[in-house]
Amino acid sequence: MLMQPMKSHQTVSRRGVVQGLGGLILAVALPGTAHAQSGAAQVLKGDGGAVAAIAPNAFVRIASDDIVTVLVKHIEFGQGPWTGLATLVAEELDADWSQMRAEHAPANSDLYKNFAFGMQGTGGSTAIANSFEQMRTVGATARAMLLTAAASAWNVPVGELTVDRGTIRHASSKREGRFGQFAEAAAKLPVPAKVPLKDPSAFTLIGRDDGSVKKLDSAAKSNGTAQFTIDIREPDMLTVVVARPPRFGGKVASLDAKEALAQPGVVDVKQISSGVAVYAQGTYQAMQGRSRLKITWDDSAAEKRSSDQLIEEYRALARKPGLVARQHGNVEAALKLADKALEAEYVFPYLAHAPMEPLDGFLRWDGNTAVARFGSQLQTGDHHAIAKVLGLPPERVQVETMLAGGSFGRRAQATMHLAVELAEAAKAIGPNRPMKLVWTREDDIHGGYYRPLFVHRLRGGIRDGRITAWSNTLVGQSFLRGSPFEKMIKDGIDATSVEGSKEIPYQVADFRCDLHTTDVSIPTLWWRSVGHTHTGYAVECFIDELLEATGQDPVSGRLALMDKAPRAAGVLRAVADLAGWKGPGPTNGRARGVAVVESFNTYVAQIAEVSDGGREGPRVHKVWCAVDCGIAVNPDVIRAQMEGGIGYGLGHVLFAEVSLDEGRPVQSNFDGYRSLRIHEMPEVEVRIVQSGEKPTGVGEPGVPPIGPAVANAMARLGLQRPRRLPIVRAVS
Amino acid sequence: MTFQLSVNGRSHAVDVDPSTPLLWVLRDTIGLTGTKFGCGIAQCGACTVFLDGKPLRSCALPVSAVGSQSVITIEGLSGREAEAVQRAWVARDVPQCGYCQSGQVMSAVALLTEVKKPSDRDIDLAMTGNICRCATYVRIRAAIHDAAKSLEG
Repeated sequence: MLMQPMKSHQTVSRRGVVQGLGGLILAVALPGTAHAQSGAAQVLKGDGGAVAAIAPNAFVRIASDDIVTVLVKHIEFGQGPWTGLATLVAEELDADWSQMRAEHAPANSDLYKNFAFGMQGTGGSTAIANSFEQMRTVGATARAMLLTAAASAWNVPVGELTVDRGTIRHASSKREGRFGQFAEAAAKLPVPAKVPLKDPSAFTLIGRDDGSVKKLDSAAKSNGTAQFTIDIREPDMLTVVVARPPRFGGKVASLDAKEALAQPGVVDVKQISSGVAVYAQGTYQAMQGRSRLKITWDDSAAEKRSSDQLIEEYRALARKPGLVARQHGNVEAALKLADKALEAEYVFPYLAHAPMEPLDGFLRWDGNTAVARFGSQLQTGDHHAIAKVLGLPPERVQVETMLAGGSFGRRAQATMHLAVELAEAAKAIGPNRPMKLVWTREDDIHGGYYRPLFVHRLRGGIRDGRITAWSNTLVGQSFLRGSPFEKMIKDGIDATSVEGSKEIPYQVADFRCDLHTTDVSIPTLWWRSVGHTHTGYAVECFIDELLEATGQDPVSGRLALMDKAPRAAGVLRAVADLAGWKGPGPTNGRARGVAVVESFNTYVAQIAEVSDGGREGPRVHKVWCAVDCGIAVNPDVIRAQMEGGIGYGLGHVLFAEVSLDEGRPVQSNFDGYRSLRIHEMPEVEVRIVQSGEKPTGVGEPGVPPIGPAVANAMARLGLQRPRRLPIVRAVS
Repeated sequence: MTFQLSVNGRSHAVDVDPSTPLLWVLRDTIGLTGTKFGCGIAQCGACTVFLDGKPLRSCALPVSAVGSQSVITIEGLSGREAEAVQRAWVARDVPQCGYCQSGQVMSAVALLTEVKKPSDRDIDLAMTGNICRCATYVRIRAAIHDAAKSLEG
């Protein structure tokens, strides 16, 4: 699936592959706009023997069998960039959707950087947003070159040619041809420095919603053939599992590996910085070997606080002023002048991402070069981390991105800890031992890098029936602190901690948002929708509570405060219309709660219809959702991400928590770390708000509103808005 | 110890520890990687295979307990129900990350083999053992109804 630079012994098979495709390949490389415009971009061409034709510095390949393959710089783990980026190329190429394919681009930060990051990586719902012009330019460039080649072959003016669904036509001479037949000639042409892009009114594939632009990876993911990292098998490959300390910050004090080494299939045991690596011929043998290790752990430097203790410490801090993230007016004075002041505290637990495929990675290292294959979400960081551990220059390390069984942020590590562990495991046993590192589910749930525990304290003032004061103090860890991304912390404020609280869509005269960043040695990480996972809940529950206290309707009350937030107001109006909003109820035992959250420049409003399920917690029957993500590139992918975001958000808000008992995670698998199941999934109806704004992402923004929408409905059922998540804890 | 397994209609002699879960024999020994590891404790359903036609979590079944029962994995799935389910899965673009979908498809095929026209309640009961962290549940349900419809008549 993935391309590898040629090695001499692979020439024969590669030639075969190329000839199988028809032998001719056009690859347009656009290494950054500036380079492309300076003419430095190369057209890579080949005839099967010319390896450069499929060298990996390209975004699109057009083979003589008409198949157009887009090299996608973003990892595909369900959020849809393979389909999305292929749509952008196909649009400007005027390709037929059936001829489009996608595969992952290799790691190369110069060619494949995410313009939002300055390095190759996926996150912050940026894939479509940062690729929109780049990938359209790729498609338009390839189209221009194919047309030039066709015009030359037919000896007609290029301006008389048209392209429709992969067919190039010259009307007056009644000639037509497919892309593939001009690929070889096009490959010899210079890359045009500038190509026009379509006006959005001319789009035929972008925004198409008639079911014809299907996802490119559905079939392989429905018949078991899609290849994930865990599926890699190579001759003589070892499988590695690692015993890690039961408390974060623990170290190996002593190790007795005799019994483990005596297990059938166990090949070796080595200590590495993250723990003790067990190498075996198979996965089960590695796990069995690990269970026979006798390790005593030195917990002297380990974190030993329990969740309850942390929460009490955080609650105390929340009563003191923190570093101000944003303020206007004088919130303390306004609270004193208020007719009525409300206060609410919200507690958010540590959360594991728990992607279906636990972390894993494959590495082959011969002492001189290395190839790593895994679901890398920050390819540039992982690439350099592996090179550093192995003592190799980066150009002798290849990182090939695999499809990943989910991530939700887990595979984008500020510390690159998985890449480091993989490389350390390889280095510890020595070269020429290809290996696959596998985490079990217990390793995953116990493994840290959680959504940080947060406490919010909110205070609001009401005067003359209006909300006049808003104060929000947040307490929690920063996962950027001490990481390579530390420079994103400005004036002591980690923006990912306060996003969503620092700026709210509601106009309140006196406002303050302040933050206490705590020092706890539990590793934490961004988790699908990042700060909005907790700020969305706190802000949207509290505004609802204030509106309820002033006797206002949750929808019209919000809208009255949203003059300066037109797009947020737009999705709120849209969702109210979609749901036929007539107030929160309850009606026939069901109440409706609403929430609206902007995250990553995408606006989402949701209305949840909820009944009281007693000890089982709230029963969420239906969710209406309106989303404004600018130009909708793939409407059905957007709907799918809203559906999935709602399910992911709901499952965690209802059930999920990693709690610490004297520093040790209590939950260890899906029995304790409960996941949403099909019978708990509400019906979902999505409306995509028409917009001409630049497209923004949809992988994360579906998550934040569902929790507060459910909580706000619960309040109307007389159940109170849960103050501490997960909800089922609060109900029981 | 050597075990003689019937997998997807073929006989395989495998030499493994008797306690080895069928999942790892399928994946590591035989090389059928379509069946996935998700939890190891029969909680998530990613490892669902058919044992004598019935869906079962292969991660919690020791190979020594398989005996002469026939094992069918996603790679060996065939028949009208299987075709209908997989067609519906693609038509609805059900998968997101796709990792759990082998298990989802196996459970859905087992359901439609038993119940020709499943109600939402039937779907809940048959599919609740299969976790999808991407929460593709809305489409799983719709695709099962589509598949049932396509099998009518």
